[in-house]
Amino acid sequence: MLKSKTFLKKTRAGGVMKIVREHYLRDDIGCGAPGCAACDGAHEGPVLEPQPLDPASSLCPRPHYLLPDTNVLLHQIDVLEDPAIRNVIVLQTVLQEVRNRSAPVYKRIRDVTNNQEKHFYTFTNEHHRETYVEQEQGENANDRNDRAIRVAAKWYNEHLKKISAENHLQVIFITNDKKNKEKAIEEGIPAFTCEEYVKSLTANPELIDRLACLSEEGNEIESGRIIFSEHLPLSKLQQGIKSGTYLQGTFRASRENYLEATVWVHGDTEDDKEIILQGLKNLNRAVHEDIVAVELLPKNQWVAPSSVVLHDEGQNEDDVEKEEERERILKTAANEKMLKPTGRVVGIIKRNWRPYCGMLSKSDIKESRRHLFTPADRRIPRIRIETRQASALEGRRIIVAIDGWPRNSRYPNGHFVKNLGDVGDKETETEVLLLEHDVPHQPFSQAVLSFLPKMPWSITEKDMKNREDLRHLCVCSVDPPGCTDIDDALHCRELENGNLEVGVHIADVSHFIRPGNALDQESARRGTTVYLCEKRIDMVPELLSSNLCSLRCNVDRLAFSCIWEMNHNAEILKVRFTKSAINSKASLTYAEAQMRIDSAAMNDEITTSLRGLNKLAKILKKRRIEKGALTLSSPEVRFHMDSETHDPIDLQTKELRETNSMVEEFMLLANISVAKKIHEEFSEHALLRKHPAPPPSNYEILVKAAKSKNLEIKTDTAKSLADSLDRADSPTFPYLNTLLRILATRCMMQAVYFCSGMDNDFHHYGLASPIYTHFTSPIRRYADIIVHRLLAVAIGADCTYPELTDKHKLADLCKNLNFRHKMAQYAQRASVAFHTQIPSLKIEDTVFHIFDKVKVKIMLDSSNLQHQKIRMSLVEPQIPGISISADTPNMDIDEPERKKKKREK
Amino acid sequence: MAGLELLSDQGYRVDGRRAGELRKIQARMGVFAQADGSAYIEQGNTKALAVVYGPHEIRGSRARALPDRALVNCQYSSATFSTGERKRRPHGDRKSCEMGLQLRQTFEAAILTQLHPRSQIDIYVQVLQADGGTYAACVNAATLAVLDAGVPMRDFVCACSAGFVDSTALADLSHVEEAAGGPQLALALLPASGQIALLEMDARLHEDHLESVLEAAARAARDVHTLLDRVVRQHVREASVLLGD
Repeated sequence: MLKSKTFLKKTRAGGVMKIVREHYLRDDIGCGAPGCAACDGAHEGPVLEPQPLDPASSLCPRPHYLLPDTNVLLHQIDVLEDPAIRNVIVLQTVLQEVRNRSAPVYKRIRDVTNNQEKHFYTFTNEHHRETYVEQEQGENANDRNDRAIRVAAKWYNEHLKKISAENHLQVIFITNDKKNKEKAIEEGIPAFTCEEYVKSLTANPELIDRLACLSEEGNEIESGRIIFSEHLPLSKLQQGIKSGTYLQGTFRASRENYLEATVWVHGDTEDDKEIILQGLKNLNRAVHEDIVAVELLPKNQWVAPSSVVLHDEGQNEDDVEKEEERERILKTAANEKMLKPTGRVVGIIKRNWRPYCGMLSKSDIKESRRHLFTPADRRIPRIRIETRQASALEGRRIIVAIDGWPRNSRYPNGHFVKNLGDVGDKETETEVLLLEHDVPHQPFSQAVLSFLPKMPWSITEKDMKNREDLRHLCVCSVDPPGCTDIDDALHCRELENGNLEVGVHIADVSHFIRPGNALDQESARRGTTVYLCEKRIDMVPELLSSNLCSLRCNVDRLAFSCIWEMNHNAEILKVRFTKSAINSKASLTYAEAQMRIDSAAMNDEITTSLRGLNKLAKILKKRRIEKGALTLSSPEVRFHMDSETHDPIDLQTKELRETNSMVEEFMLLANISVAKKIHEEFSEHALLRKHPAPPPSNYEILVKAAKSKNLEIKTDTAKSLADSLDRADSPTFPYLNTLLRILATRCMMQAVYFCSGMDNDFHHYGLASPIYTHFTSPIRRYADIIVHRLLAVAIGADCTYPELTDKHKLADLCKNLNFRHKMAQYAQRASVAFHTQIPSLKIEDTVFHIFDKVKVKIMLDSSNLQHQKIRMSLVEPQIPGISISADTPNMDIDEPERKKKKREK
Repeated sequence: MAGLELLSDQGYRVDGRRAGELRKIQARMGVFAQADGSAYIEQGNTKALAVVYGPHEIRGSRARALPDRALVNCQYSSATFSTGERKRRPHGDRKSCEMGLQLRQTFEAAILTQLHPRSQIDIYVQVLQADGGTYAACVNAATLAVLDAGVPMRDFVCACSAGFVDSTALADLSHVEEAAGGPQLALALLPASGQIALLEMDARLHEDHLESVLEAAARAARDVHTLLDRVVRQHVREASVLLGD
């Protein structure tokens, strides 16, 4: 079965080293085609279809499999991912080359291969006895690989002939390399370029648009004038960076001015970390987020960041002269004193292109197939794409990928990837929002769903192992109205010794999501549930989030309980944690709970329990604030949805009741208790949450604002900040305090998850707690699931697993969670922003609070369809240059509803 | 640059083997006439030579003699040319001392030492080419040499290494796989009884995975046994033909 073959390899690592590696050739590797007698029994994983009839190609009407080469895979992955393309053989040689050259493409091809419906087969040709190719004398690695691919293609054709002579099964070699194609045809292998093949697919004309345009002919219509200087090769760049003539950094295009960008130089702790680039030629085809090498210009050419807002509006591509003129405007506007280090891009170290969302700007010429695409993100240049469906794509959100940026082209070339839907359509906009914030939102795959418990589900004997039966307790949950994923419930009762027993019961999600399976991996990837205005992107499948894990009333549910014994002064005497089974007696909303507490007529068990909790919460809160916890305010907006159309009809800022803070107080207490426990047990790998103290400079804006009202804000410690915020009150303007608190929120740092073994500062600034974690919302946060697992191990209710006690893996997980949380937050904000702009929305009732008396004019500016915004213009007091006169007719702004707003106080 | 992919999605390792497969093993017994027993083994590119003297009288200090059993003396060395980089390895450095001790432990468990009280058995092993799994190759070569010398043993001692990559246990690691830095376990097994003569691992591996790695190593060691057994039988057949039996 084994044939061994050794080959020699030489590498240079300082000196010459001879490496001898074994290379086994096998005869048990299957060809992947079903019904093949020769390779019977060797099939594994997804296999090709026996009769690959579609897609019908006019070039090769016989049934066939495709065999692409490395470059086709690297550049035309968008085409290959299309559902129309199936039955593809990916050679190991190709896969290895892709792996070395582009990690993202490698990941995508692996995803495609794992998709059973695509019928992609990976053929391990390098270890197959008949397709292994040795490197010949004088042949370079690339040529060898090309030959190996051809040999494999030839083998396949002969092999398939053997199994089904009557079927005429063929393998078609797809390559974009002319020489390679010629050689293949010489050897009798049917070969086509990717373009030829895709064009021959008569049933799928839309695929042509997804072809990446790499061919040199594509630019012939161009003026041929070279606009940009050449990029230096990587080896030269590295030399230059080493010797210090070039600097390496991340390219950040400016949002306001398309002719300007900055480069953040990594690493070194130099002062001039930021380099300004100005002018098209100096930007030299770099795109936002690329890693570039820059050369500093001599000091006399340094410029200042311009204050001009410039958007690339030109439809014509040949107006380079105009561009130069604009650059000149930039320069004259510069202030002599503000000069900053200025440079130019000499080469690209790594491209960080991704598919971009945006809209098509149709070409003026009706018949033209080349159009410009305007990305939603202003930092991305416009992209030229070639499409025949321009009229169909007009006014729609589309996704486009960049293929390349030739030296003689003003814009990068790209190709169309996907059509998302109509602009302004709620679903399309949501999709854009999720894509732009990198929120995973596809429906859960079959593999993930297979790990869900079977319905109907009930608690079994086995579930009750290591679990306490608390179903007799009078537990209830308090949540916002309409909440279906209830992850916490509370109870409070008086003990015989006069003390109070308080329990926080959290949904036991980790009971259902076992470590390492597909469900767990998917939840870890999503990291958090994302709440948009009209939609919720779940972290775990709905069966868990809204049913089995949700602590609804009057059903038996599994929970993880944290139970304290407290005296009437809310001092904790004892704490214990246990897995439990509970049966919630009531699911209340904040308002209902508040009503029960307030109404003297109610005296049932639930109400007394709530009153007890409320009393303790007040003491806890008071104590927390004394310690210096901040109560900041950021008014949350809530939308009233039309129940039928799901259109938001009104917005309202959320009301805060006593019961809100009651629940919050006990959640904080549970989180802190759990944090202490898991850190005690796992000092090296507890997952905690910290909130670093902000640097003093962050507070400047707050101090300044307060000063304008003759108030003093102290910011040296959290405690003094909290105190001075309490004192900052103006008798004539009661809302001022809230405004200052909103402002203070803006000064704060981001709270982050971290692994206790990797850090030594655990302090949570905002809550004034020395240690903190997240335990109370496992349905919507993955961090809580990990904390649940840690705690379960700590109390001996569950067993550990390797990843849980690996602090590096945990640190990686934290990184992902922090990223996802940030993105989820941005997406939420963007969603709110989008909905506030819906024209039908009434904004008369909204109250605007400001520091000084002003008169503003509010309108919806939809001059740019992709960036609709609410524009406020100052009417009074009159400041020349900023304010507008009250009766300016807004002729040029398309305004569906014009409103003037006057606000005194 | 992406690192080496030790195990592909299709289940092939860098050199084309599957997870549980051994490298090609070739062995010969009785390679030297002067010694009481000798053997040469190739496990892939790892090549080792073993020589056995004894049982004979205690050499050197008589105080080392054991009253109830034979003294097993093992020495390990590796050739300067055994690795990619030429390097002189003086006798008695840390690594070879440790290896010598491990071999001694392994063979004290296998040889019926109580049959030869107050005597000594010498086992000398030299690695000519190292490509991963040197301990296993040494043990396997020494087993054949001890058998060749006719020293009574409980059973063959068969050794094999195993590693753990992408939640799969890999048997018989090559140098490339060892150098990747994952956990590596060396196992010497008495295949008939399934007893473990030596088990060694100096990396971190989660308890839950230990069983699967151990299982892979044991299975590989049993495979080694079948091969060694074949070599011994072949050798005996050849010897008996030569004797004109």
